[in-house]
Amino acid sequence: MARDTAVLVLGGGSTGCGIARDLAMRGLDVTLVERGNLTDGTTGRMHGLLHSGGRYAVSDQASATECIEENEILREIAGHCVEETGGLFVQRPEDSDDYFREKLEGCRECGIPARVLSGSEAREVEPYLADDVKRAIEVPDGAVDPFRLCVANAIDAETHGARVETHAEVIDLLRDGDDIYGVEVRHDSGPGKRTHATPGTTEEITADYVVNATGAWAGQIGAMADLEIEVRPSKGVMTIMNVRQVDTVINRCRPKGDADIVVPHETTAILGTTDEEVSDPDDYPEAGWEVDQMIDTLSELVPILSEARTIRSFWGVRPLYEPPGTGTQDPTDITRDFFLLDHADRDGVSGMSSIVGGKFTTYRAMAEEISDHVCEQLGVNASCATAEEPLPGSENIERLEAGMDDFGLRSPVARRSKQRLGSRACDVLETDEPNPVICQCEGVTRAEIQDAVSQSGSDLNAVRIRTRASMGNCQGGFCCGNMASELHPTHDEETVREALDELFQERWKGERHALWGEQLSQAMLNYALHAATMNRDRDPASAGEDVDFAAFDGGRPEGDRVDGPRGAR
Amino acid sequence: MAIEDDVLVIGGGLAGATAALAAADRGAQVRLVSAKQSTLRHASGLIDVLGYAPAGDGPLADPFAALEDLPAGHPYERVGGEAVREALSFFDEIAGDAYEGGHTDANALVPTHGGTVKPTARYPASTADGLASDDRDALLVGFETLPDFDAPLAASHLKAAGAPFEARGVTVRFPGIVRDDAKITRYAHLLDQPETVRTDRGETTAREALAAVVEPHLEGEPRVGFPAVLGDDHADAVRADLGDRLGVDVFEVPMGPPSLPGMRLEDLLYDALAERGVRVTTGVPVVDYETAADGPDGNAPPPIDHVIVDRNGTEIPHRADQYVLATGGLVGKGVESERGRVFEPIFDCHVPHAADRYDWFVDDVFGDQPYAQFGLPVDRDLRPLDADDGLEFPNLRGAGAVLGGYDFAAEKSGAGVSLATGYVAGQRAAEERQ
Ligand SMILES: Cc1cc2nc3c(=O)[nH]c(=O)nc-3n(C[C@H](O)[C@H](O)[C@H](O)COP(=O)(O)OP(=O)(O)OC[C@H]3O[C@@H](n4cnc5c(N)ncnc54)[C@H](O)[C@@H]3O)c2cc1C
Ligand SMILES: Cc1cc2nc3c(=O)[nH]c(=O)nc-3n(C[C@H](O)[C@H](O)[C@H](O)COP(=O)(O)OP(=O)(O)OC[C@H]3O[C@@H](n4cnc5c(N)ncnc54)[C@H](O)[C@@H]3O)c2cc1C
Repeated sequence: MARDTAVLVLGGGSTGCGIARDLAMRGLDVTLVERGNLTDGTTGRMHGLLHSGGRYAVSDQASATECIEENEILREIAGHCVEETGGLFVQRPEDSDDYFREKLEGCRECGIPARVLSGSEAREVEPYLADDVKRAIEVPDGAVDPFRLCVANAIDAETHGARVETHAEVIDLLRDGDDIYGVEVRHDSGPGKRTHATPGTTEEITADYVVNATGAWAGQIGAMADLEIEVRPSKGVMTIMNVRQVDTVINRCRPKGDADIVVPHETTAILGTTDEEVSDPDDYPEAGWEVDQMIDTLSELVPILSEARTIRSFWGVRPLYEPPGTGTQDPTDITRDFFLLDHADRDGVSGMSSIVGGKFTTYRAMAEEISDHVCEQLGVNASCATAEEPLPGSENIERLEAGMDDFGLRSPVARRSKQRLGSRACDVLETDEPNPVICQCEGVTRAEIQDAVSQSGSDLNAVRIRTRASMGNCQGGFCCGNMASELHPTHDEETVREALDELFQERWKGERHALWGEQLSQAMLNYALHAATMNRDRDPASAGEDVDFAAFDGGRPEGDRVDGPRGAR
Repeated sequence: MAIEDDVLVIGGGLAGATAALAAADRGAQVRLVSAKQSTLRHASGLIDVLGYAPAGDGPLADPFAALEDLPAGHPYERVGGEAVREALSFFDEIAGDAYEGGHTDANALVPTHGGTVKPTARYPASTADGLASDDRDALLVGFETLPDFDAPLAASHLKAAGAPFEARGVTVRFPGIVRDDAKITRYAHLLDQPETVRTDRGETTAREALAAVVEPHLEGEPRVGFPAVLGDDHADAVRADLGDRLGVDVFEVPMGPPSLPGMRLEDLLYDALAERGVRVTTGVPVVDYETAADGPDGNAPPPIDHVIVDRNGTEIPHRADQYVLATGGLVGKGVESERGRVFEPIFDCHVPHAADRYDWFVDDVFGDQPYAQFGLPVDRDLRPLDADDGLEFPNLRGAGAVLGGYDFAAEKSGAGVSLATGYVAGQRAAEERQ
């Protein structure tokens, strides 16, 4: 029986998108389904560290070695998603000398370039480090934009013929005896790009092979076919500051610990993180003390953090996995390595493999290994090209950057747009139409928003992750409405209104964890703008109750007007 | 030597300015000191009195009827309905032809730049022809380079809100704007000045050119609305000129920050302050205070003797008989917060709030937000109360957004509360001076 697709990938995180691109480039017919937007899972809720491997140089050298290899590859193939910030492992006076030495040796053993800086040298690099830091190891850590990278993989998969369906939740696995041959999905608003206010549909998609890349949710998918996959989701908090207190990744040089790293990311710095097992990856407590812990503990390294403004906090869940019977107590001790579970070998059920665990930094290598496995299953002979072929946006970046003009934009806006778009900048920004800035905090222009809208329908969160619009200081207070307007007239007014409400509520969700000081004032300003000035909280169009307009003041009576009679003069 | 006045008003927003004007009106010698620009820069320039009851009923056609039912502690309940009316009359007198709405008790419904309508009590003359509770058809005009107002979208939204007329929206290029991110004031100044712009038809004034761009889009609508950028110093003339050229009534749709109608209102108030002899110093924050050695009797709290104004690093004492605190709310910085507390930064007046900051908000962004009500509780004389309902100081009154117990954004009561409490605080301060 002919199947709809050769390979069906479940999950639109870095793992799923990486696999889809890899297999599509090998010439396979691929379909990817994701229940929300791309990156809606852990990929969109991670710290943004492009590991040098330094963090694992003592505890897990295999991972460390893989990290440095992939780190170097991603700088090449995904230059427009990576900022080469460098990183420091900083030792405070109370931190162990032995561990510092082990870290340094570990880095050298794993091929991670490492150099020791004295305390004062480290403070020359990062002036806001505490006065009493003892010394530091410099490594090639970087910052990576997970949204941009993931979307670039998906776009390239599509360019190679893949079908990518977002807002398509897997609700059942199709199983015939001991064979899995596809899934049933529920489309939020019908197949294709999402449009608000469109009724949902369901669809059966059959496939020669299914790859379950749903990360922390892999167990839920497995359960649909009575397969047990022992994912142990572990949550971590990250707190975003409104400016970059540091331009280098700052790690605390001590064995594992909570709140031991600051990653500069675009205009912000992100503090992290924790590691605490949770039972449900969709429903776990998000508590204020976790935010306090980030600020208080990391202030030991960077004291000004204690007074600084945070704009939001968010949590992610690691898809940790350990083979049955391992029984590790502390989630921080569970390996960060990934596992490929072939359900034919493991459970006697053919047609599907699951991938769990791993890291964002090594997504490409994971995808390569899994794609090799899939090809073997399908008897396809094709080799991987993802380590050499740049992602869309990163082709010939140096040459392009030299030749690119500013597209008539103010230079800070042009610079940021070009960083985000990489080699796509010309295609996106070159326009004869006026191109005003839509999001002031992040310098995002209309052309870039329109480019994102063309990829993602009426979903403004999808526009946000592609452009960073609404992710700056005002957290969307000043630009959400303008982003929504860009959907009109392609989408009608009601759709625009729903899309706006959804984005505004999403922005509020993370901001609630930053509500004191400047950010509380900002929240009040945003609220006043949307409720007092615009009446969006009590909009008669949404309230569904008719207003008796005639009962209200319709203006001064004719004879009484200061500026003469009405209308047509 | 300290600077001495009868009444010292701290904060130069709508509440502070009104308090200073009301005190001067009663013959007091008044000084106003203010740190920064006020919230009027952000606000629409509309004077909302009460658009929705605290429980959410509305839009209210008659704000005054609903004033009687407000909960104890609400600023309007503190000053009483009659004072609200008096304050509005006082404002009408100061504003003169610049504001409308005083001919009736009823609220007007005004189109917002987001596209829906909202109830308000007084509106700038520039918005008078734009009321959504006026049933004449309207053409809305937006500009390609001004994303804050999408006219076609706003027109559809007005229809969805049930507005009793046909609204159409068009987007045009603003003649003479060459940069895609020109400031709002650039549009206004182009229209204000006789400066010429270059168009296909040669050199003309911006007004002439704008009218020529809009004209072909008219389909018989008697009124045409623009985003609120129609002139800064000469807004009336700009509107009248455009109206004459197009043969229609021209109006402005109020906008978000930076808001020209808000800034025009601020100018109007500062002109009035100058006219009435109020001494105004801006750019200087009040940073501290001293009380007199003793209160009048053993139990009463001691009065404020003087406050300290920081003028570029020099601390200058300012002494007065009576003080009005009109430093704004969370936006104006009259109320501030840290991770564990909410406070009033000058006098450390009591600000009720939950101990856990996670109880300062609710999860629905437009739900009943506790933070929106942060501010000082006051007695019926608007004097701040401590945690035990005792007076903080006998000679301090609060006015405007620094007061607590109301959510101006949900109720649409912001400017109205600032006017009413500013008016009462200024009057009482003047009456009580020695
Ligand atoms: C706090 C934290 C910080 C981290 N920091 C870093 C870091 O700095 N550097 C680094 O390299 N790694 C980091 N990681 C690890 C990294 O984020 C993850 O390993 C990686 O993102 C996992 O990607 P994934 O695609 O496997 O999973 P996910 O991104 O979770 O993708 C799975 C997808 O499946 C979807 N899905 C779920 N159920 C269904 C269904 N029924 N139907 C359809 N789709 C479904 C989900 O919506 C989701 O999008 C961090 C992780 C955490 C938790
Ligand atoms: C975005 C937004 C939109 C709004 N829209 C509307 C609307 O459409 N309709 C409506 O009626 N209301 C609206 N409001 C509400 C209304 O603008 C405010 O309630 C009102 O302006 C508050 O006036 P105020 O004088 O109390 O405070 P503010 O205007 O905040 O003035 C306080 C002043 O005190 C000064 N100050 C603060 N600390 C010190 C110090 N230590 N020393 C000296 N000076 C100090 C500040 O610099 C400032 O000038 C809106 C508010 C906002 C924020």
